[in-house]
Amino acid sequence: MPLDATNVTVNAWRRENGRVGVRNHVLILPVDDISNAACEAVANNIKGTMAIPHAYGRLQFGADLDLHFRTIIGTGANPNVAAVVVIGIEPGWTKIIADGIRKTGKPVAEFSIEQNGDINTIAAASRQAKEYVHWATELQKEPCPISDLWVSTKCGESDTTTGLSSCPTVGNMYDKLIPEGLYGCFGETSEITGAEHICEKRAANPEAAEKFMAIFKEYSENVIFANQTDDLSDSQPTKGNILGGLTTIEEKALGNLEKIGRECTYIDALQAAESPEKGPGLYFMDTSSAAAECVVLMAAAGYVIHTFPTGQGNVVGNPIVPVIKISGNPRTLRTMSEHIDVDVTGVLRREQTIDEAGDALIDMIIRTANGRNTAAEALGHVEFSMTKLYRSA
Amino acid sequence: MGEIPHLLVHDTTDNVGVVVIEGLTAGTDMLCVVTHDNSDFRLTAKADIPIGHKVALKDMSEGDTVMKYGEDIGKMIGPAEKGGHVHTQNCKTKRW
Repeated sequence: MPLDATNVTVNAWRRENGRVGVRNHVLILPVDDISNAACEAVANNIKGTMAIPHAYGRLQFGADLDLHFRTIIGTGANPNVAAVVVIGIEPGWTKIIADGIRKTGKPVAEFSIEQNGDINTIAAASRQAKEYVHWATELQKEPCPISDLWVSTKCGESDTTTGLSSCPTVGNMYDKLIPEGLYGCFGETSEITGAEHICEKRAANPEAAEKFMAIFKEYSENVIFANQTDDLSDSQPTKGNILGGLTTIEEKALGNLEKIGRECTYIDALQAAESPEKGPGLYFMDTSSAAAECVVLMAAAGYVIHTFPTGQGNVVGNPIVPVIKISGNPRTLRTMSEHIDVDVTGVLRREQTIDEAGDALIDMIIRTANGRNTAAEALGHVEFSMTKLYRSA
Repeated sequence: MGEIPHLLVHDTTDNVGVVVIEGLTAGTDMLCVVTHDNSDFRLTAKADIPIGHKVALKDMSEGDTVMKYGEDIGKMIGPAEKGGHVHTQNCKTKRW
């Protein structure tokens, strides 16, 4: 029986702002790098909390600072997070971040270290974090339509099998769930190079197409042509891609775009970590193609589950968003199956259709939303890599 | 299901296909399936070609356009015989 996605519900947490989360984290969130130690101490004191240490947050300015705030606020605001303790070195930027997360209506408490020191800050923040754990662990799940989920995608360690199997599996899932009202998101500006003309045509309206092409041209001119030292043949495709059989960027990009299916069109092109504002549907986001950075940016935009096709075997995870790995490469399944949640090797053997593979992915999205830990979660992959636009002052 | 294919081809207009089994050896009589319409044909592999790598579906020479997904993915910078290996040694993007 083919899967009917209409009327499917998942058991998940309905947050104060109406969004649906599939995890229930109490986060201890540093504003800046020098608050990591205090956050990690709080997370060590209070079981059931998680610190997300990162490398930045001091002396950033302009668009780079905006992106930093958007990423940290978006991470705290994500519906997979129940409550947040924010710790920064000084009260100013700490308040900006706490207030940004507070707009969701979830509980947020802020602490700053200057004039208190790490030890007093850790003690006060730990008391608050403990209260949040008691509160969050009593929150009940409720049935929510699958269409209330926001599901993003990005592929990694691609090879020719991703374009044949795992990427069209994601595309099939979007073709089935986007019409039901799902929010989708794809990105990887650099890895659309070679198929930008095809991506341009997949826009739902001229404004989205123009925004995508403006983002693509800006990236090509200001990042690639401004910084290249050779013809990029050694960087794109990557050495891993080439080992997997990919020869040219066009071939890689065409496989990458299989993730948006046959029928989906994107309704807007977003800046990195920008929340979609135009209602249900598929969105393009301007992101790096580095796996952890891309997943972090999509999580910060509000996506609660990530679908990740891989050929050669990328192992990435995320602290707050379950990352579902899909692979159709039989060698990868033979050598590192512990990283793969959805095995679509049957597609290459012609034993499984793309339609059946898409149903298998939807089934895994439902199970993941209902609580199944992904391979990346079980293996402890919590990579939180922030995108930085230029060096700090 | 019957025989498992050795090679998958995306589109009927493609001139390369992808090896989808491990350990393909020269001389193998390959079952090739076009995913677009499920049509099939046979082709003899002319080299040991790793899984994921491309095979020429016809004799190709320098300057020929390489077609995959029904799209232009680059050009030949060296020859490949029908059933031979197409990769970085004889194929390159046209972009740079």
